[in-house]
Amino acid sequence: MDGATTAPDVIAGEASSSVERPLARVPLVLNKRSFDWVTNRISGAVENPTPRWWWVAFATTSGLALFGLLCIGYQISTGVGVWGLNSPVGWAWDITNFVFWIGIGHAGTLISAILFLLRQKWRTSINRSAEAMTLFAVICAAIFPGIHVGRVWMAWFLAPVPTQYGIWPNFRSPLLWDVFAVSTYFTVSVLFWYTGLVPDLGTLRDRATSKIKKFFYGIFALGWRGSNRHWRHYEMAYMLLAGLSTPLVLSVHSVVSFDFATSVIPTWHTTIFPPYFVAGAIFGGFAMVLTLMIPARAIYGLQDIITPQHIDKMAKVILLTGSIVSYAYAMEFFIAWYSGNEYEKFAFYNRIFGPYWWYWWVGMLFCNFISPQLFWSKWCRHNIYVVYFVCMCVNAGMWFERFIIIVGGLHRDFLPSSWGLFFPTWVDIWTFAGTFGIFTSLFLLFIRFAPMIAMSEVKIVLPEADPHHATPEEHHVIAAGGKERT
Amino acid sequence: MITPSGNRVYGMAAEYSSASALYEAAKQVRDAGFKRWDVHSPFPIHGMDAAMGLGKSWLSAVVLCGGITGLTTACILTFGPSSFLYPLIVHGKPFNFWTVPAFFPIMFELTVLFSAFAAFFAWQAMNFLPRWNHPMFNWERFKRVTNDGFFLVLEARDPRFSENEARELLERTGGQHITVVHEE
Repeated sequence: MDGATTAPDVIAGEASSSVERPLARVPLVLNKRSFDWVTNRISGAVENPTPRWWWVAFATTSGLALFGLLCIGYQISTGVGVWGLNSPVGWAWDITNFVFWIGIGHAGTLISAILFLLRQKWRTSINRSAEAMTLFAVICAAIFPGIHVGRVWMAWFLAPVPTQYGIWPNFRSPLLWDVFAVSTYFTVSVLFWYTGLVPDLGTLRDRATSKIKKFFYGIFALGWRGSNRHWRHYEMAYMLLAGLSTPLVLSVHSVVSFDFATSVIPTWHTTIFPPYFVAGAIFGGFAMVLTLMIPARAIYGLQDIITPQHIDKMAKVILLTGSIVSYAYAMEFFIAWYSGNEYEKFAFYNRIFGPYWWYWWVGMLFCNFISPQLFWSKWCRHNIYVVYFVCMCVNAGMWFERFIIIVGGLHRDFLPSSWGLFFPTWVDIWTFAGTFGIFTSLFLLFIRFAPMIAMSEVKIVLPEADPHHATPEEHHVIAAGGKERT
Repeated sequence: MITPSGNRVYGMAAEYSSASALYEAAKQVRDAGFKRWDVHSPFPIHGMDAAMGLGKSWLSAVVLCGGITGLTTACILTFGPSSFLYPLIVHGKPFNFWTVPAFFPIMFELTVLFSAFAAFFAWQAMNFLPRWNHPMFNWERFKRVTNDGFFLVLEARDPRFSENEARELLERTGGQHITVVHEE
């Protein structure tokens, strides 16, 4: 039987008796919520007066963001020397942070595009906020390559602009591919996100109480009126954007990994990097989605929409991608030994026992490999505190992983005479902290001004949205005929 | 069509109780032979295109054109400077055609970028959006269309439209709150 049509009858007994009825599906929205409830609950988060915690949180994060921007200003006006970069470690926190943030973005696109193509209906509860997270993470990521070039006013050299100099960027360089990949990724993510937002902005427009709100939501809703002749083209566009984003998201982190893989540094010069980086990006990104969504669902009372089932599924994705990443870690060691390359072998020995040993033991081994193993247990996947702990481990672990790859590769290369360590300065530290401020400030603004859950999409997964669903009158007849609840 | 008070009529609209009621009504309106009509719902209803007698959206053709434009742009952008304007051997790679794998990432990215822009602008252009005013917005009940309202409207410019016939059809299909929607 089709799950959608059976759902209304099994909802009531579902939560308690799923063991007795293994074939009954747990509904995606709990407690038989109506369309109106979905609209009110999600729009309410935007329409209700700004809660006090929001101001406190926003003041803190925007203060942090402001200080981070001051650090960037100081770095630009003084020079990259204010960071701890020097020979031999010419890339350190800047590129680590870039790869870290861009990786976080990947989960949003995976949820919004790949899970859409795979018809995973549970994505509807989380795709909007995950996509917003993508945009904000990419903004944070784009800051670092922009400022680490040193002379930022020369950054336009990256763009293929015809000038009187007659100088063109090198289109064969992975660094230029990166510019194209990241800027395309950001642009397409914005288009996809905004396309998804339009019907929900229409909802906010129709519910707006003040003239100013009606004006601005009206402008951004583009005059959306839910016409089926519109939905027809809209759905096709949405599906095509999902189809375009799917290879795009896989390409972005592959291109990021080319920055390393096309060089000759031991531990960088490997063909495993593209899939390894993409899996790691989704792994770290899902942890960040949960980091944001678990508090948000508690604060805004969205437990019926973002259910334990959703968290369970995201935990499974973390376990899967974590396993892929762990396999890649192991394979790197195997290949280092199997290749017989002395430098490669030393680099991996150095990864475990060298000066940055604890980054590997804590970051890669504990945070990225051991902690997700808890998700084999259903109890752990359903315990919010355990899930949150693992997500925090993964967030940290993925940053450590990028640091190990980048600085670990550079600090001890071929000649022992050129070895050296990296020490971050206060500017390094506060610039990174500042990007967390930017990220969380933007996310707080997002949940204040836009619906954080895609209302029109959540409504589709309700049983009443099915045109072959029994009408209310028929439903009462069924209910009277012996089912447990009307 | 103009009402006695001088208002131009956009059409006759009704509200339906559920997605399935709207779906059934749409099938009957389609079979009654109406051409200028529409349904409005808070979310896309599965199977509604067929129920309205609409085919597959041809938006994908626009996106294909966008993709081809993007790929062509990328070819010109990469080969132009690298092979003609400023030929230079870097990374030991030649500047003839066989350097093409080094251009694949840019070709891919621009194909996706142009296709995405095509999709984004096409869905708006094909829907005649943005359009901030519309006669349907004159109906107070229509505010629920983005919440939980299901509406069907028969437009006055349809050759089959007459006030009595339209009202009768909407009533027969289970429409409630049947009303005449004015242009202004």
